[in-house]
Formats: sequence, C-alpha cells, structure tokens
Amino acid sequence: MSTMAIARATLMKDLRMEWRSKDAINSMLFFALLVVVIFSFAFNPTAEESRQIAGGLIWVAFLFAAVVALNQTWARELRNQVLDAYRVSPAPPNALFLAKTIGNFLFVVVLECLMAPLFVIFYELRSVGPVWQLIVVALLGTWALVVNGTFFAALSIRTRSREIMLPLILFPISIPALLGMVDATTSILTGEASPDFWIKMLAVYDIVFTAICLMLFETVLNAE
Amino acid sequence: MKFFGRFAALRGVSATFSAGRLYVVLGDNGAGKSTLLRVITGLMEPSQGSVTLLGATKVRDVAHRVGYMGHAPLLYDELSGMENLRYFAGLYGIKDGEVSRKAMLMVGLDPDLERRVGQYSQGMRQRLSLARAVLHDPELMLLDEPFSNVDVRSARDMAAVLGRVRDQGKTIFVVTHQAQLMEGVADEFVHMAAGQIAKRVANGPTATAALVGEPGIPRGESMADPEVRTTR
Repeated sequence: MSTMAIARATLMKDLRMEWRSKDAINSMLFFALLVVVIFSFAFNPTAEESRQIAGGLIWVAFLFAAVVALNQTWARELRNQVLDAYRVSPAPPNALFLAKTIGNFLFVVVLECLMAPLFVIFYELRSVGPVWQLIVVALLGTWALVVNGTFFAALSIRTRSREIMLPLILFPISIPALLGMVDATTSILTGEASPDFWIKMLAVYDIVFTAICLMLFETVLNAE
Repeated sequence: MKFFGRFAALRGVSATFSAGRLYVVLGDNGAGKSTLLRVITGLMEPSQGSVTLLGATKVRDVAHRVGYMGHAPLLYDELSGMENLRYFAGLYGIKDGEVSRKAMLMVGLDPDLERRVGQYSQGMRQRLSLARAVLHDPELMLLDEPFSNVDVRSARDMAAVLGRVRDQGKTIFVVTHQAQLMEGVADEFVHMAAGQIAKRVANGPTATAALVGEPGIPRGESMADPEVRTTR
C-alpha cells in the first residue's frame, strides 16, 4: 500500500477512536473555554481594545489547548504498546506522521470553529479587514502548531514527564509562527496594516518545518 | 550484544536457526528472552554485532515476512477485534477483509463480535494478538509470552494453532515460562540464562530430562501436555 493509503487508513482509525472516546476534543474544548471566559472577566475589554489583544489571546488559547490534544495522540499509541505493531510492519513511518498531523489539524480546526463564535460574543469582535484572510491565517497557523507539535510529542513520548517536556520543546520553536499568527490576526482585525508579509512567512514556516519533520520522523519513531 | 546502560541484557548471543521449526525459548525473568526477540524484530538495535534475518541484514527489508506478538497485546482498546485486524492488515497491504475474518476464526474468535477490545478478557486479547501476528501469513513468527494470563484451555488451543502454523512450513519462536504447553509441538527448546543461550535441546523423550532443573524450568513431573500435540 502507498504512503497516502496507509496515512488515510491510520487517520480514519484515529478519527473513529476519537469519535468514540472524545478524549482530545473534550479536553481541548474545556481548556479553551476556560481561557476565553477567564480572560474576558479579567480584562473586560472594549470592542476596540479587543481587536488589539484578540490576536494574541486567541492563539495562546489554541496553542495551550492544542498541547492537550498532542499529548493524547501518542498516548493512544503507547497504551498496549501498539506503536510496536506499527514499527515492525513494513508501513512507512511518514504515513503515521502524516496521519497524526492531519488528525491533530482537524481536531484543532474543529475547536477553532466551535470557539470562534464565543470569541466574537465575549470580546465583541468585529473584523475591519477581510474575514477570508483570517481563515487563511487560521489554517496556516494551525498547521504550524500541529506539525511541530506532533513531531515533538513523538519525540517526548518515551520521556518520563512528557506532558511537561512537550511545551518546553514546542513553545520556543513555535515563537516565529506564533508571532506571524498574532500579528497577521491583529492586522486583519484592526485593518491597520497588511497581513501579507505574515501570511507568506507562515506559509514558508509550514513548508520548511513539514519537510524537516518528515525527514526526521523515522529516526524519532525508532529511537529507543 | 545488547546493553542497557552498563547492564548487558544480551551477551555474545550467536546462533543460527533453521526454517520451518518451532523453537521454544525458556529462561528466568531477565535472562534476555524478550530482548532477543526485540533485537531480532528490529524494535531494538544490538549494541554490538548484527542480526541477519531471512537473508537480510536490514530487518525492515523483510518486515512483511515477519510476525511479532509482544508481551503487551499491541491492540487498540477502543476498536473491535475486526477493526483492529483490518487496520493492521492494511499496514501489510492486505485490503481483503476476508483475511481478517479467517485470522479471527483461526484463533477461535467470532469475527462478528462488535465488542471493543478493551472489554475483551485477557485470553481473548491474547488470541486476537496472535491473529494479528499471523494475519499477513509471515514466514517467521516471534511470540513473546503468548500464554501469559491466559487460562489453560485457551493456552492449549493457542499452542495447537502454533503447531498447525509450523506444519505449514513457518518458523516460530515462542518465549514462554510454560514449557509444558509447548512440549507436544516444539521442535527445539532454547534455554537462555544471563543474556546467553545456555543450552539447546531438540524435543524428544530426553528433552524434559535435559532441561528440568535449569533455572526457569519447573522441576518434577514431565512437561508434556497430552492435549497439545500435532503430527508432522
């Protein structure tokens, strides 16, 4: 079977398991919801202030929430040591990585779709710039988070304190992407500047890190 | 050689095994049995030396010809038995669902059972794990304690299945502490101690006498289990 066929089968398996357990989506949703509500009460911003801070707030909420899902992804493979069954098979390691990354991407996108109306309500958000650009930034930014997150979660699965290890490795390397996401989002919400540069930077970041992760994943998967 | 830090789990293991035979690997806990299987499957790299498997030095090149059953079941608790097998069959390029059904029937499980594996008994999990290992019709099977936590009847059934698979020309390694279950079907007993192969005894009337008293082998009565026998 080809890499894409195995990636598709693995993705379908993961979606089926998530549909049944709802482990990742529930914990992400609960976490993001808490951040939105608590920040709203803590700052009580006006509509104009909201536009200025929402970019940072939204992406910090999604970044922290995504970490919860990223840890769950590989925890499933460690239970009953199922990952060994994949490792001894002739299936290409990259198919597993792609499936996990796409799965996490879908989980976080679902979270963003569910949380977007809440951000609008709690922060009285009205975008001055075009909304379609927000969607592009969301998709590129989400991929940037999950591609590195999935890779580093795989790297830390065999460490004893993996829940702590993942953010410690992931957050510093995500700073350029986070900067791009926050600035692009703020630019679109306020309409004060063009987000084009940040969107291009996010696209390049995604391409570079996806390529690097795909190249290194086999080594990470087989590390003892 | 295989080291974990300064501890040598495998020490100078050098052996050749013939195809089409069923080897039972015995020994105390920590003797290196599971490590040996993990090194052979490529799940662990030897610290020194190499493994040549089915003529290949890179295990990945012959992965489709090898079946592995780990000490843990290597199954997803959230999926049913058939869902598990269909997924793992896909990893070996098998699209036909009938193959998974046959594997389940071979180990005495109902393919139509919709219950999730998390709700299976330990015996059922072990059987399903065996089905997963034989799914792609491998030439070489490496089974790590397939009878652990399995009731005597299920273990006998599994041993009989292994005998039949061996009779089809497959090579099988079984790591177990329950040698008596395998005496009816084994071709050779391999006794490991302190990370080395201490003794190899061909199965036969004198096998029991030769092994009883070794560390990890029960003393006393014959290991033979009259209900587990196959003809060759």
